[in-house]
Amino acid sequence: MPWELKSDRPIYTQLIEHIELMIFSGVYPLGSKLPSGRDMAQEAAVNPNTMQRALVKLEEDGLIITHRTSGRSITEDARMVEMAKTKLAQEQISEFLGKMQLMGFEQKEILTIINDMVQEMKK
Amino acid sequence: MSTIFECLDLTKKFGSKVAVSAINLKIERGQIVGLLGPNGSGKSTLIKLANELLTPTSGTILIGGKKPGIETKKIVSYLPEKTYLNDWMRVHQIIELFSDFYADFKPERAYDMLKSLNINAKDRLKTMSKGTKEKVQLILVMSREAELYLLDEPIGGVDPAARDYILQTILRNYNENATVIISTHLISDIENILDYVVFINQGQVVMTSSVDDIRNEKGKSVDGLFREVFKC
Repeated sequence: MPWELKSDRPIYTQLIEHIELMIFSGVYPLGSKLPSGRDMAQEAAVNPNTMQRALVKLEEDGLIITHRTSGRSITEDARMVEMAKTKLAQEQISEFLGKMQLMGFEQKEILTIINDMVQEMKK
Repeated sequence: MSTIFECLDLTKKFGSKVAVSAINLKIERGQIVGLLGPNGSGKSTLIKLANELLTPTSGTILIGGKKPGIETKKIVSYLPEKTYLNDWMRVHQIIELFSDFYADFKPERAYDMLKSLNINAKDRLKTMSKGTKEKVQLILVMSREAELYLLDEPIGGVDPAARDYILQTILRNYNENATVIISTHLISDIENILDYVVFINQGQVVMTSSVDDIRNEKGKSVDGLFREVFKC
């Protein structure tokens, strides 16, 4: 997954989201080892301190575990990942709903459009 | 964290022209710092003062607590805006020269980087393009294990692909205790690797901030903010 960073938002929040996505999508499976912060910083072409900050935050959130001697790994707690995933989904949806409201859609209309599109995708 | 670079009321005049005007600035170790400002704002003068190529008119500049001199040159790796290398020399000869000069120079690092950029160590500088010369110079500077790297416009003359490689090189070679100060106006290319930025204009520091603070508070990139602050 390429690291695409936008220029108008803090870099470290974007790094957090990106790593979360890599966990949710299975690029980094539960319990797997993470590359070193330095290597990850290089891959993303960002400052190692910024990457460090993102990793510390993910650790606080419980998605990443730091082992004293053997680096970092993804949590093995599937429930933890599920919760983080739901949280990210809620954030995305509330952003989307905000935009739809701005465009003047009522709740019902929004749901209808979504339903129609889901039906369309099934075909 | 301790201070690696400090200016106290630092002033440099060239005749009646004030190039650096009573700058007070403190930079801590372990960061990559962007020294950003329009042309003629005093970026290069400040860096030259740090290398003792110029002496202050008044005020003080300290590198690791010492005034610029022999001791500070041991810990500072400097990339000047213009090359000073003899162009009849071959790259491997320059590497030998640097190994003699600097105790912290790592030739194997230099050869590694030359290889990834497809530069032949047997070539003479004279036969190289401007961009390739700049790459060689940066390779030499980043092959030292210095405490402070002062890079004056390191990416100005090279193509975008090599630019990426150079930024990677800076990221790879700097260790957690080292500090890198990069002067440039090509901000968008480097802002992702910066911790901290110093905006200077007309010889004065107009703003210092962490990159993420700028994005957080202003909702725009450092490049965007620069364009706004220095709008012509």
